[in-house]
Amino acid sequence: MSAGTVAGIDRRGFLKTGLAGATGLAISFYLPGRFETLAAEPAGAAPASLNAWMLIAPDDTVTIMIDKSEMGQGILTALCMIAADELDCDWKKIHTEFAPAAKEYFNPAFGMQGTGGSSSVRSSWDPMRKAGAAARDMLLQAAAQKWGVDKSTCRTENGVIYHDASKRKLTYGSVAEAASKLPVPQNVSPKEPKEYRIIGKPTKRLDTPDKVNGTAEFGIDVRRPGMLYAVVARCPVFGGKVGSFDATKAKAVPGVKNVVQISSGIAVIADNTWAAMQGRRALDLKWDEGQTAEVSSESISKMFADQMAKPGAEARKEGDAAAAMGGATQKIEAVYEVPYLAHATMEPINCTADVRADRVDVWAPTQFQTPSQAVAAKLSGLKPENAFIHTTYLGGGFGRKAGVDFIMDAVETSKAAGAPVKVTWSREDDMQHDYYRPAAYTKMAGAVGADGMPVAFTARVACSSIMDAWFPGSVKNNLDPTSVEGVANLPYSIPNILVDYVRTEPGIPVGFWRSVGNSQNGFFSECFMDELAVAGKKDPYEMRRRLLDKAPRHLGVLELAAQKAGWDKPLPAGRYRGIAVLFAFESYCAQVVEISVNRSAKSVKVHKVVCAVDMGRVVNPANVAMQSESAIVYGLSSALYGAITISKGRVVQTNFNNYQVLRLDAMPVIETYIVPSDEKPTGSGELAVPPVVPALCNAIFAATGKRIRRLPIRPEDLA
Amino acid sequence: MLACKLFAGASRRWGVEDAGTETGISSAEVPMAIQFIVNGKPQSVDVPPSMPLLWVLRDTLGMTGTKFGCGMALCGACTVHIDGEATRSCITPISSVAGKKITTIEGLSPDRSHPVQRAWIEVDVPQCGYCQSGQIMSAASLLAKTPRPSDAEIDDAMKGNICRCGTYQRIRQAVHRAAELHNAATPSSRGGVEDAMEAVVAVGGAA
Repeated sequence: MSAGTVAGIDRRGFLKTGLAGATGLAISFYLPGRFETLAAEPAGAAPASLNAWMLIAPDDTVTIMIDKSEMGQGILTALCMIAADELDCDWKKIHTEFAPAAKEYFNPAFGMQGTGGSSSVRSSWDPMRKAGAAARDMLLQAAAQKWGVDKSTCRTENGVIYHDASKRKLTYGSVAEAASKLPVPQNVSPKEPKEYRIIGKPTKRLDTPDKVNGTAEFGIDVRRPGMLYAVVARCPVFGGKVGSFDATKAKAVPGVKNVVQISSGIAVIADNTWAAMQGRRALDLKWDEGQTAEVSSESISKMFADQMAKPGAEARKEGDAAAAMGGATQKIEAVYEVPYLAHATMEPINCTADVRADRVDVWAPTQFQTPSQAVAAKLSGLKPENAFIHTTYLGGGFGRKAGVDFIMDAVETSKAAGAPVKVTWSREDDMQHDYYRPAAYTKMAGAVGADGMPVAFTARVACSSIMDAWFPGSVKNNLDPTSVEGVANLPYSIPNILVDYVRTEPGIPVGFWRSVGNSQNGFFSECFMDELAVAGKKDPYEMRRRLLDKAPRHLGVLELAAQKAGWDKPLPAGRYRGIAVLFAFESYCAQVVEISVNRSAKSVKVHKVVCAVDMGRVVNPANVAMQSESAIVYGLSSALYGAITISKGRVVQTNFNNYQVLRLDAMPVIETYIVPSDEKPTGSGELAVPPVVPALCNAIFAATGKRIRRLPIRPEDLA
Repeated sequence: MLACKLFAGASRRWGVEDAGTETGISSAEVPMAIQFIVNGKPQSVDVPPSMPLLWVLRDTLGMTGTKFGCGMALCGACTVHIDGEATRSCITPISSVAGKKITTIEGLSPDRSHPVQRAWIEVDVPQCGYCQSGQIMSAASLLAKTPRPSDAEIDDAMKGNICRCGTYQRIRQAVHRAAELHNAATPSSRGGVEDAMEAVVAVGGAA
């Protein structure tokens, strides 16, 4: 870092930024934006910024800037834990603010500001520790200068600087202003792990108090002076457009103010959300449905099946699978298929925008700040620096709120209305206009040798490319890595492996759905591994153990899950179990699912899920358990109920009555076990979604002898 | 808008039915004055009688703690208490609550001291938190009627509240904990949570 660039920097409006990678100290200007509360404080009481993430006020409160979106995954608390441990501040005096859209907050995993891919802790770990350590050093230096002593004779503890020799002390708040004027030190080493006093300790979430009394502000709760409310009528067929519309009846609905056409459809603007919804119902609309109107789930499935005859883009090739199959003792083949899935975040999609001549403000539950800023600026005819993104709490994200479609809705509608507008999507809008987890179809084949162990494994995957849809041009050689993750990285020592991908585009919008490609490929690969175990007459756990001889961290979680589930002990009568292990988001997870099946009622009851995880060093073990539970519920919902079906180019499902999700009465007991590790921290939010699905289906096979190769599980699968 | 306002006045003078028929607008859409009590505070709104309580709370009164989730009483995010009964506000026409007492998450306690809120904090239930207003209101209603609920009773009372973050295991645990807190705090001969709540609602309303 280059020193000296901080001279004369105002404590507010400017931030000193220790960027990830320590390439240099950047001084950046930003408008307070989200910081109205901070900026509104009387002069002298305002906090001093020590870097882009830490502000310390004279009253010793420490404000940590949260540059990741908090959508339930607990990142707000994790970032504070990392920062506070290095800063050595008082945990009880921490406040948080969601960061504005700014380059300082680019996620190095993406090259832009955004939250996803279970990348938050892993991308913030180094910058946040360095920022905390440097800020602490600056506070020490400021105190030492004030006392006229050497910095090395001072120490910090819980937000206080001590000079023990003279029995003097100063709080962080009392020297923060002076510290903020010091050069940012270049070579402060973060703590050794043995010195951690917060990192690694089960810690309660900082956002819980605001989430038990209705005060947490989600995007949908934003209210601005003079704000209007809007809903948008969208063509039910993907790719369709507005043909013609007559707004006369809609405008006659009490409370409706205006009806305008925007790029996604017809926006009805009103005094309140209900009036806007009534107005939308009264619209006289004709759609130009376009080419997708002929597409159905059946036609999509056939489209996939037709692709199976031709080779795809090679994702992995080892040995000669075809030759090995030919010479093997036993060969098996199977076709697996999964439907589209909606995210169905509890908070329906929404955004509030206020477009003015010189600036645009956007309040949104967004996962992707930089693209939101770019699109808000473009649609407002302004420069990105005049587009202010105010990130709220997200009522669930799961990848859905990475989209900018709802940002566009609000910006366009506000611009047309000449007023701040909140656009709210109904649940039906949300379910029928999602970026879905792609439907996928995979032909699996494998062979076992004379010893019953697998000698060949092949998978031909057909599905849409998410990456090409979201980042056009990013897919090289027709191989989207997200389409094959969870199968191409099969960890087992099988000498002959071939995985290829046939990109197939049925015209249904797709996107990142919690755990992305792993959600389907984990199901395909780990169920088929069970099929190979049966073919080779091996215990599915023992076979996996033997095949993980070169994958110690996979083996670690597998053995831990099996041990905690008592895999070697018999189950009570009527109980069955299945196992699966997967690598995803740089982390490892194995699960054992215990079930019973009522074959006459054609129903399955999930009793217990034992989950073992290895995600390197864990920041908050309490949150890891929460995320495992959360991910397992998300995965179970998909396996037991999840299907978005397409008919005449539109989504059949509308709401939680026909897109069911797991409810409390079906909740199993979930136990989470963490493999202790000194490796770098990796991802936690999505990890446990994929393994639960194959572990459940493998348990059902153990109970019924029926192999489930198509999701969701149907009653006839359980008969 | 002017026409609408005139008709709103007309509807009160001449009867809602006639005004609706004349304009082609259903009578349920013609605004009228409706009074009720929210968290101890009298409220009067001038809205269409069919407008759901949810949107009156959120958009008209600016009380956004009660959440929109489905609009069809399928997810429970909008749960409030109407005269002490857990009710889905998203399908409750405002006309049906005239004169009634409504408690929302904002009025459950003034300081997060309701046993359910205390248990929720202790167990650290929420993740994204969006459904939790509804979960807490359902749990408070359950405990008011069933001070020591079994797992089966919890399942039954809480299965109408969806949580996509999957906090169900902790909800179960927290409901049991809230029952302990509630039963420890309330003399057995006295009323249940609802009585205690009335008291704190009054405080909240006065503040």
